[in-house]
Formats: sequence, C-alpha cells, structure tokens
Amino acid sequence: MSPDILNVSDATFEEEVLKSPLPVLVDFWAVWCAPCLMIAAAVDEIAESHKEKLKVAKMNVDENMNTPAKYGIRGIPTLLLFKGGELKETMVGVQPKDKIIEVVAKHL
Amino acid sequence: MSAEAASDVVIIGSGPAGLAAALYTGRGRLKTVVLEKAIPGGQILLTDWVENYPGFPDGIAPFELIENFRKQAEKFGAVIETDEAGSLRRENDLWVIVGQNKEYAARAVIIATGAAYRKLGIPNETRLTGKGVSYCATCDGPFFRDAAVAVVGGGDNALTEAVMLTKFCRKLYVIHRREQFRAIKILQERVLANPKIEVLWNCVLESAEGESRLERVMVRNVKENRTFPLPLDGLFISIGMDPHTGFVKGVVGLNEWGEVKVDSRMATDQPGIYAAGDVADACPKQVATAVGAGVSAALSVNEYLESLG
Repeated sequence: MSPDILNVSDATFEEEVLKSPLPVLVDFWAVWCAPCLMIAAAVDEIAESHKEKLKVAKMNVDENMNTPAKYGIRGIPTLLLFKGGELKETMVGVQPKDKIIEVVAKHL
Repeated sequence: MSAEAASDVVIIGSGPAGLAAALYTGRGRLKTVVLEKAIPGGQILLTDWVENYPGFPDGIAPFELIENFRKQAEKFGAVIETDEAGSLRRENDLWVIVGQNKEYAARAVIIATGAAYRKLGIPNETRLTGKGVSYCATCDGPFFRDAAVAVVGGGDNALTEAVMLTKFCRKLYVIHRREQFRAIKILQERVLANPKIEVLWNCVLESAEGESRLERVMVRNVKENRTFPLPLDGLFISIGMDPHTGFVKGVVGLNEWGEVKVDSRMATDQPGIYAAGDVADACPKQVATAVGAGVSAALSVNEYLESLG
C-alpha cells in the first residue's frame, strides 16, 4: 500500500474523512475480495499522483461494520468521495483508473 | 496514433489463456506483445480460491496464480502493455490492432479477451448494483449475514455460490427458469439437501425494486403465468458470461453466443488469427482448459509463422 494512503476505522472516520479540509476518496475493501485487489493498484497510483489535492483512505469492512452500513454499502469494492463532510460520488465495482480520476476530478 | 514496428504476435488479453500463450511464443523467440486492459486478470479473480488447477494440492489464491503466470511470461520476453483493443483490420501482410493509446501491427494475433458476467437486463438492476444486487458471491456474501438472499441461475457457478452464501444468510432462494439444473450432480445434491435453500423452479425475474437498497424482486412463474413479490436483501446474478468479442465482429467468425469459432488448433476463419480461453467456442470455462488452449494457439502461431518463412 502506498504511504500516501491512510487506513481509517469507524472510530476515526469522522475526524479523518468528514472533517477533512481536502476531499477524501475512501476505498471500502476486504481481504477476501479479489476485485478489491484488482483496483488497489489504481487507488495507490491515484493517492500518489493526487496527493496535494486529494486524501485517499481505505476502510476494511471486516473490521469496521458501522460506516459501511451507514452508507448502505452491500458490495465491494465501493469507492466513496467525500467533500466538506458530504458524500459526493459513489462508484461500485471494479473501475479503470482513468474513470476514477475523471469522477474525482469534478470535485477538486 | 502511430503503429510501432510489427510484432510476430500480439496477444489480446492477460488472463490464463493469454499469459500461457505468451509464455510459449516468448520461449519460441517470437516477438510477443500482450495487451492488458486497465483491469487485469480476468474472471479467475472473481473466485476466492482455485482448487481445481493441477499442481496445487492445497489450492492457490487466484491473484497469486495469475501473478505467477505473468512473471513466467515476462521472463521469456513477452512485453505486457496496458491498452484495450478497439478494432482489428488487415493491412498488407499484417494485422493491425487499434488500441486506445496506439496501433499494434502483428503477423499473427491470439484473441484471449475472455468474458464478463452477463446481466439479467431487468429494471433497476444497474441502479441497485452494490445496494443488494451483486455478481460476485465471494466478494459480497459477508454483507448478507442473517439476510434473505436469492441466486439466479442453474449452472455450476450459480449452485456453488448458493451453497457458499448459506454460510451467511438466513434464507436462500435459487431462482431458475427451468424445471431442472444443468449444474453437475454433486452441486445439485448439495443444494437440494441444504435446509436453508428453497428452489423456485420455472421462475424468472421481472424487476428489482427498492429505493436506497434492494427490498424485493418481482418473480414470474412462467409455467403458471403468475407474478409475485419476493422480499429480498440480496440478489446474486449468475446466469453465464458474455464473451468480449465486440471489437472483432465482422472480422472473425463468431457463433450465436458471440464466442469466436475455432478449430482443434485454435485457428479462426482468418489466416493468422487464433483464439483461446473463455472467448473461444471450443473452450470449457476453466483455468486449466484456458491454459491448454492458450498453449495450443501459441504452437499454431509458431507453425503458421514458420510456414510463411
């Protein structure tokens, strides 16, 4: 995992994501989800290439149940983009890197 | 866009078939380029564990297996490029593959683009994907602890997923449009013996419904022509696969399901074009057969190029 990515939990979600001054892309994943591994490299690269403008976080849905439930997540990988504490974008399933960047760029 | 110097062979697709072919053409000292879509790996990555690939008695993680395939292909000279084939045309003695980034000219081509899960095409299916509708039981099953869930389909994959999902859910329906399954017997036995599973025979889905998440589906019994709502938390769709062949339509012969027609040497109806893996009509949808077909295609390419001199 890229050093530019932050692991968040139910306990730190509000502080790190909802109160973040930068927009935050959160990758909801689990170890048993192969498609999550498929997009992990793309998420890593985006964290690296957009680090001035975007915070990238990961949440393990096995260890954290409350936040995924709150946002109605029933499939992974799911990427959520938050800005100013508000949910702006939802992407479900495997996405090409360019598509993720395109969606995220609208809010930077 | 500009065409680079021609390769001996361009392999379109980097799943088991494509990478096995690349290993052989690389070892044959053919200049080999593999085109890999932005999302690598193929269908294999949607399973949680590969236990039917010979040589791994304890099974192997699909991600690890495909990484090994890739390393082995690269070791013998195959060059893997990230690009997606958009179309294919003949130009003098070469085939030209038009990618998103550039064009690739080659003396021979192996189509190994695989297949993707098929959608049902019912109302709200796309909108509720990730909100209860899923195509990957391995990925999303754990979100449905103590829930009511249905699997649509009657093949091996559908019944494997049904049994797996009973680890989590409270109640599982298998919705199947016919009166019997086409899955292998051992899977049928497991499904019929499982007390959590109820099979809805002769039933098709009309729609998925729900606001922020899936709440119910409308089911029609085609024999009695009766429609009824079925409250559900999760719907797993497992009705087969569609081959990725849109980009070669009109260039090579396809069968009625869109699979590339091949002979026993993996040759298509066009000179120098071969196909292998889930995309080819003669290939069972297995990792081991995809590998075998990829190797056959590579050997055929070798022979074909030698015959050209």
